[in-house]
Amino acid sequence: MTDERIPLLEAVEVTKRFGSFVANDRVSLRLFGGEVHALLGENGAGKSTLVKCFFGINRPDGGSIRWRGQAVEVASPAKARELGIGMVFQHFSLFDALTVAENIAVALPMSMSVARVAGELAAISARYGLPLKPDAVVADLSAGERQRVEIVRCLMQNPDLIIMDEPTSVLTPQEVEDLFAMLQQLTAEGRAILYISHKLDEVRRLCQRATVLRLGKVVADCDPAQVPKAELARMMVGETVHAARPAGLAQAGEDALVVDRLSLPAASLFGTDLREISFSLPAGRVSAIAGIAGNGQSELFAALSGERPCAPDTAIRLFGRPAGRLGIVERRRMNADFISEDRLGHATAPDLTLGENILVTRAKTDPALLNRGVLVMRRAAAISDRIRKAFDVRTAARDPLARALSGGNLQKYVVGRAVDRDPALLVVNQPTWGVDAGAAAHIRRTLVDLAKNGAAILVISQDLDEIYEIADRIAVLCAGRLSDFHPAAGLTAERIGLMMSGSGGPAAGQVAHHVA
Amino acid sequence: MWLRLERRSGRSAWMALLSPAAAFALTLVTGAVLFLALGKDPVAGLYFFFVEPVTVAWSLEEVLVKMTPLALIAAGLAVCFAASVWNIGAEGQFILGAIAGSFWPVVLPDLQGPLILPLMLLSGILGGALFASLPALFRVRFGANEILTSLMLVYVAELFLDWLVRGPWRNPAGLNFPETRPFHDWASMPVIGADRLNIGFLAALAVCLLLAFALSRTFTGFGLRLSGTAPQAARFAGISRNGTIYLVMALSGGLAGLAGAMEVAGPIGQLRTQISPGYGFTAIIVAFLARLNPAGAILAAFVLSVTFIGGESAQIAIGVSDKITRVFQGILLFYVLTCDVFILHRLRWVRPVRRLAGGS
Amino acid sequence: MFDMAQAIALTIIAASTPLLLAAIGELVVERSGVLNLGVEGMMIVGAAAGFAGAQLTGSAYAGILFALAAGGVLSMLFALLVLFFATNQVATGLSITLLGIGIAGLLGQGFVGVPGVKLDAIAIPLLSEIPLLGPLLFRHDLLVYLSIALVAGTWYLLARTRLGLTIRAVGDNHASAHAIGYNVLAVRCLAILFGGICAGLAGGYLSLVYTPQWVEGMSAGRGWIAVALVVFAGWRPLRALAGAYLFGAVLILQFHAQAAGVGIPSQFLSALPYIATIVVLVVISASRRSASGAAPACLGQPFVP
Repeated sequence: MTDERIPLLEAVEVTKRFGSFVANDRVSLRLFGGEVHALLGENGAGKSTLVKCFFGINRPDGGSIRWRGQAVEVASPAKARELGIGMVFQHFSLFDALTVAENIAVALPMSMSVARVAGELAAISARYGLPLKPDAVVADLSAGERQRVEIVRCLMQNPDLIIMDEPTSVLTPQEVEDLFAMLQQLTAEGRAILYISHKLDEVRRLCQRATVLRLGKVVADCDPAQVPKAELARMMVGETVHAARPAGLAQAGEDALVVDRLSLPAASLFGTDLREISFSLPAGRVSAIAGIAGNGQSELFAALSGERPCAPDTAIRLFGRPAGRLGIVERRRMNADFISEDRLGHATAPDLTLGENILVTRAKTDPALLNRGVLVMRRAAAISDRIRKAFDVRTAARDPLARALSGGNLQKYVVGRAVDRDPALLVVNQPTWGVDAGAAAHIRRTLVDLAKNGAAILVISQDLDEIYEIADRIAVLCAGRLSDFHPAAGLTAERIGLMMSGSGGPAAGQVAHHVA
Repeated sequence: MWLRLERRSGRSAWMALLSPAAAFALTLVTGAVLFLALGKDPVAGLYFFFVEPVTVAWSLEEVLVKMTPLALIAAGLAVCFAASVWNIGAEGQFILGAIAGSFWPVVLPDLQGPLILPLMLLSGILGGALFASLPALFRVRFGANEILTSLMLVYVAELFLDWLVRGPWRNPAGLNFPETRPFHDWASMPVIGADRLNIGFLAALAVCLLLAFALSRTFTGFGLRLSGTAPQAARFAGISRNGTIYLVMALSGGLAGLAGAMEVAGPIGQLRTQISPGYGFTAIIVAFLARLNPAGAILAAFVLSVTFIGGESAQIAIGVSDKITRVFQGILLFYVLTCDVFILHRLRWVRPVRRLAGGS
Repeated sequence: MFDMAQAIALTIIAASTPLLLAAIGELVVERSGVLNLGVEGMMIVGAAAGFAGAQLTGSAYAGILFALAAGGVLSMLFALLVLFFATNQVATGLSITLLGIGIAGLLGQGFVGVPGVKLDAIAIPLLSEIPLLGPLLFRHDLLVYLSIALVAGTWYLLARTRLGLTIRAVGDNHASAHAIGYNVLAVRCLAILFGGICAGLAGGYLSLVYTPQWVEGMSAGRGWIAVALVVFAGWRPLRALAGAYLFGAVLILQFHAQAAGVGIPSQFLSALPYIATIVVLVVISASRRSASGAAPACLGQPFVP
């Protein structure tokens, strides 16, 4: 398809290498004003690398970038902004200790004072429906509000092109609607949006064009609304992904974990208090807790795992025994296991090898690893090898540092380390966050298989697609309170969305109404 | 062309071996420049500083005498630093250990017998450990930075020692000199060398090796290292950060205290206002030069001990100030820190951006 | 009585000024995310270089220039290690302090016992004539005025200017600051240089005003107290002013108590400032655990771009 208009931004065979790894391989794309253009691809396809080239953070190793028909060299983010390119980052680039106005001013040219920014903030907020208080400290804001700060910061420079990296990953469904309305207003003003996503429904709804990346190469350039969803998915992933199906035991088993009115004040200043949480986990089922991160997920995980023991002892019962005051090691010894959200730094020590990292969770539970207090490193290495084979953990060396692994491979190792123990209860926080599609499918299948073998699984996840894919029952965590669990079948995404934003009571009758 | 630091994908085994040697070599080069700048012959300077101390029997023995407290303190600090707990008040803990150990022969000089020496050493350990527990307590209970509190306690310990020796513990038969009565024979370390080297030296070697084993091969040691490098992962492994802080502070303080007690029961033989040429601070350098490996502290302590003796011999032989010892020690630590960076990093030449305009 | 009180007040100002100079420099360094534990070393080298410079040139003002230059040079060595080589900041700061004590000893060895050159007091015309207040507030040497000006200037810089905002941003989140396009290492390098110059000035004050002579180890832990003062001040310049004067007062009152012979051994009184530092650190840290205004988030973390 040819287009005679001059593109706003054109990439011609842009190549970016990191060492021997080619992150972008002769990528070309054309972007026009007034359009939302999707950059579609799995994690690791090279989307972020490419837009960082546009925004002057990465420097391409080959090819050229044209802006309004002119070849340009985007040497720095400052240069990009000068051209008229703005960017809203995926992981917020905000400063927690600074105020909203300061956060915005700091990204603007030196001539902009904080006071002037505070003045202009009001105008932009009103125009695009982005309410913000200039004096609020960013640390106190919700994820949605933080994104607003990012967007206002970007709009303040009046850009012609706005790059948005996975903007909906932290938003509730309702906040997503607001965002889309605002994006349409921006394109109506003639601006272009480069919209990075791996969510097909969003892209098909919002974007006029899509460039699909796979393994660093452009595999398609199309109008996403005209291409069937399955076809887009195939382009992105390449192979057909086996979907895990929620098929636990025919009969749910006994409750492996019972939580009874668990309340826990936040450990840190910006944490969330847990309030009166009660639920139980039957064996043979995958239970899932949905919700936007920051609503008490980390706190709940710390309480369930025993990283933060809590009172009274009976608030948590493990396999029928009071366990609230037990530490994480004692709970592991009762054949429970836990997988934390942060795989590098929390579940593993970055500067230890995989063999040494076995000791982190298993030295005290596996008698073969400790001989009168002395570590048996050979055994640890053997376990690590077994896990690498069984869970397809791909490594360059035999026993590399944890930090040397890609996100997907490290997550497979972390899941493998727990599953290898054959736990009767497994609590997983964000099992596939930032993991490539192949590894994610593998991990989900593993969890479902474990449930089929009679284990109780609790998945805490932000990813609704994932939850629908594997969970038998779903609850929502919002502001430290947990809803009742509902059967996954018959619970609409819209309903969950309302519960996530704290506005939907979990009344069963209403759920039935929605299903009908 | 620009130089830039890049992370390696793993640890460089080569650099891990090479780094202390490279640091030492760079220190020698810088030292030669320093001697030149002071108008001295650099070859002679380096000879008297680093070579002469180990060629003469009596000064070699003196090197071993001085490395004993260094190795002992540094082994404890190595464990402490490996757990990312920054005890820099070992000098104070050394002094408190010396005071606690001196209690028996000074206050109860008539109490004699074979149990006195073990009692003194035990008291020294306890004194140092308790004194080091103060910063640990302040850190755990109140969140006060242990670097500052442990350091401030050094000044307090020095002044306390000064008061004791000039005041209540002064030798009644000592012509008003600020020192305690000399220790009796039961309160002295058995000598194994020609003159001043005592069994404390062997004890220090044993402690270093034992700690090295404990740190690398036991679960407790693993937990300390984990707590130091990845605190969240340590919590995930069920290791208490607070417990770790108490443990390593008490351990390093106890060893510093033991070194203090052995020093007054050994080479010094009494308590004075000055009992350390800065062992507690120099041991920090030793610990880093040993790359936080207690066994490596043996070799590193030897090297640093040579700089103490070398400083004295260079002062006598070519007339440079013995202050140069501190300069050498500072420079050495500098290079050790720099060279260690290359174990996990490398330098890369980065070209300025190629012109992208015009494409291929 | 007034004379006595005035004399004490003047000595308190003199004792507080070096603490204030060093603390305000360290405060800016820490706000940029760097923990500089080399203050003590930079201070003592400043003292030695300042004294030597004044002896060589015969001018105390030239001595001041020597002092700040020495602190600045040593701070650049620190910057090279912690910024370019991304070394451990605690260990590097300690090595600077050890190195500084050594260098100062070398520099100063020829000057032990040599009478010093004292920096003159500058009486501000008219204002210094005000009864009681005049001599107290407007008859000081240059560095006292400078220290107060630095507090005001640093407050203005951090709270009101874009450069100050940049420094705070770099200290709060260096990765984001880098992503926005700031040169994190350059900002930190500037901050470290400022801190080094301030520490050098503080040292110069010791050997050119406070006790105009060279004494081995004359900084006596003041650099460390300055680091503690920054914690005490909650990283805010005006509170650093209050803290420095509070500590200055403790130092001086302790001296006067010794002179008056209050029956407490002099060593215990000498230990008072150090014990006070510990107590203050403990109290401040305990009360700040639940409140905001905590340390810069990136404090002590190396940054490799």
